Amino acid sequence: MKNLGEMLLRTEPFSEIVLGNTALARAMIESGTEVVTSYPGSPTPEIASALLSVPGEKRPFYFQFSTNEKVATEVACGASLNGHPSCVFFKSVGLNVAADSFVQLSLLELEGGLVAVLGDDPGANSSQNEQDNRHFARMAYIPVLEPSSPSEAYRYYLEAMALSRRQKMPVILRMTTHVCHGKEKVAFGAWKGGTVSTESRFDTSGGPMVPLTAAALEMKRRSLARLSLAGCEMDSPAFCEVRKGTDSSRGVITAGLPFRSLLDVLEDSDRTPDILKLGAVYPLPEKAVEEFLRTHGQVKVLEELDDVLEKDIKALAFDRGIRVSITGKTDDDDRIGEFTPDKVAEVLAKTWPDMVPLRGAKRQPSLAPRPPQMCPGCGHRSAFHAIRQALAKEDITVADIGCHTLGFLPPYEMGEVLLSMGHSTGTGAGLSLFNRSRKVVSFIGDSTFFHAGLPGVVNAVFNNHNLTLIVMENGTTAMTGHQDHPGAGRNANGPSEAIPVRGVLEGLGVKSIREVDAYSQAKLIELVKEAMAEEGFSVVIARHPCMLKYTREQQRNPDYVRKSVEVNQETCDRLHVCVESFGCPSFQRDEDGTVTVSRELCIGDGSCIQTCPVKAIGLRKENRGGETA
Amino acid sequence: MKRFDIYMSGVGGQGIGLLSEAVIRAADHAGLSVCGVDTHGLAQRGGMVESFVRIGGEVTTPLVRKGSAFLVLALERTEALRAAEAYAASGGVLLYFDTLWQPLDVRLGKADAVSAEDVEEACRRLNVRHMAEKRDLPDVRMQNVALLSRAAKEGLIPGVEMEHYRKALEDLLPGKVLAANLKVLEGQ
Ligand code: SF4
Ligand code: SF4
Repeated sequence: MKNLGEMLLRTEPFSEIVLGNTALARAMIESGTEVVTSYPGSPTPEIASALLSVPGEKRPFYFQFSTNEKVATEVACGASLNGHPSCVFFKSVGLNVAADSFVQLSLLELEGGLVAVLGDDPGANSSQNEQDNRHFARMAYIPVLEPSSPSEAYRYYLEAMALSRRQKMPVILRMTTHVCHGKEKVAFGAWKGGTVSTESRFDTSGGPMVPLTAAALEMKRRSLARLSLAGCEMDSPAFCEVRKGTDSSRGVITAGLPFRSLLDVLEDSDRTPDILKLGAVYPLPEKAVEEFLRTHGQVKVLEELDDVLEKDIKALAFDRGIRVSITGKTDDDDRIGEFTPDKVAEVLAKTWPDMVPLRGAKRQPSLAPRPPQMCPGCGHRSAFHAIRQALAKEDITVADIGCHTLGFLPPYEMGEVLLSMGHSTGTGAGLSLFNRSRKVVSFIGDSTFFHAGLPGVVNAVFNNHNLTLIVMENGTTAMTGHQDHPGAGRNANGPSEAIPVRGVLEGLGVKSIREVDAYSQAKLIELVKEAMAEEGFSVVIARHPCMLKYTREQQRNPDYVRKSVEVNQETCDRLHVCVESFGCPSFQRDEDGTVTVSRELCIGDGSCIQTCPVKAIGLRKENRGGETA
Repeated sequence: MKRFDIYMSGVGGQGIGLLSEAVIRAADHAGLSVCGVDTHGLAQRGGMVESFVRIGGEVTTPLVRKGSAFLVLALERTEALRAAEAYAASGGVLLYFDTLWQPLDVRLGKADAVSAEDVEEACRRLNVRHMAEKRDLPDVRMQNVALLSRAAKEGLIPGVEMEHYRKALEDLLPGKVLAANLKVLEGQ
């Protein structure tokens, strides 16, 4: 088997098929990035898996998963101030969490350089929105490079870090989901080796970096000056590529993956426009754009999500008095969804119907979608099945972010509103105000509890809110691939102090705390009822280890025997509680109503056995006698 | 060589990642240009997962347009039907592993399960060659490699031979796991 960790440390140039995210990890090593921080979130966690594939003692960098994106930004910032080339990466909405510190970065002298890798998610593949983080760049005066492929991601990271170190300013590398997850052969350069420097270069000889009073304005002036310098540097053929088409009266300005989609779509066309592909998207590379505008009669700005480039380009044309017709977004639909080749064909056809032959009838599958769901044996399923029985129909449930969010789907329908990481206690508190008729129950996972959940809990205690918080504790950051969190007793570098959820709650002054294993459904129902009957803020911890993680660990054991349950067809009364209400995906239902258990799916944990009113479910004969998880 | 587009799908947890990575690496071992992309995100939670691989020709985007995949590989019957309807090109091939992981609507009694005949019927309508693979395996986690094995034996990807698939698995799997999977790849 090829060893990823070894590959990342090769000193000679080489080519390998890698993910965009892996290409970034190599770029970090080649560029001498010494400190890397993150909070896990799709589409970026594979950057961390790549970095962590290098054994601890061989790492020419320090990596940490921080408690949240804001802290990750601050740690990278501090390291950079002290002279270490640093990188922070996280998903799109992570920037909202980081924002308070992030918008200040450009005011500082970032001695070592700092690249922020943002994983934007057009199409909201795995996020609660598809926000366009280029808006933040404008607010924070930070330049943005945007690669369209894994090879470009690698090259642009090297450029971003070089620029950042030269100007001592932050630079954003804006990735999108399918650039992060795209795979292709990337040609890597040499790495001259290196270790993390131990020299402390934090330097305030230019004055303290405290943007208060008049200093804030002075620092802003410097930051703006650096931004325009960076803008000039990025206005170069390295980041602005022109491709000639067959019809040079028309031109398209585009960037990122939409550029690739455009190339694909134009393969069908005999009248192709010239293309200006921007790798630098903020500040706008004015020279390159101006020249392109002056040499084309009609220009289409083809950009995913919001009209950021479009507005800048139109303003430029107006200011410079360029006579050209510019079309960008034509309707709201143009702002929604990922610009896949199919989408680009649609968008382009709205402006230039003659250019893109639309493919015949739309191919719409006839089947209902297959939504994601909790794994077989998941403790959250057991918990939701029980909690639902403890609630009255009119009670209000507030979801948070994590695997347990999936409880909002049928058949559980637990979780009726969702904002962001850690919001549930705050939102639940608001819902409880002046609300005597309906009880409020909020959910939160343990990783999210540490990430952004604490202020809501403090507020609930501080302001005597009347709601019940259920902590769904599975011991890991499951949704993004089982990264350790502060309660796990381990960090990315080795053992660490485990911070117990219960201890934190007690320390914060929560008086009413109940705990139970999520598989103990009767007990859980009882505790939730008790907690909800109390006046004030109460917490129930429903704990069970993530069974996907647990099963994977078990499977590595050579003696592992996969267990499963079966439905006794004699006893079964076809009440369908297991398949319809408990809803473990292992239960399969025949057309005649017979229920069977898929041995491919079932892990034999037995959490379903208690749900059957006629006791028809039991471990398969050959599995009995062994212990269950 | 003209570009050859492949669309793969399955249910989260079935190991589509290994399947697509193996196809990509096999094509590379065969000396062909190749790129691809998987959908991740909520993938491991039993939702639908998909993967695109494009072999040969100029590499533009890894994403494939609807109705233009010459080869559709699916790890599950329901997803095979969905995949063929959305992505298979007329004149192309659908190869799927014939197992059924019932989607929620079927388990709730709100929809009928997809039958093997449904898939065949759709393929006829779409002018797509239809192949179902089913075999007993030492471990259900090897269904992906069983599918790869059939694709290799039928020569479904032009220019990619059994030895290339073997090398691909050698790149990807360690010791004992490799041996077991090679047996599935090359065995009956
Ligand atoms: S990954 Fe773990 S916590 Fe998430 S749904 Fe699966 S078993 Fe449950
Ligand atoms: S024992 Fe099997 S059927 Fe029952 S909950 Fe666990 S995985 Fe599902």
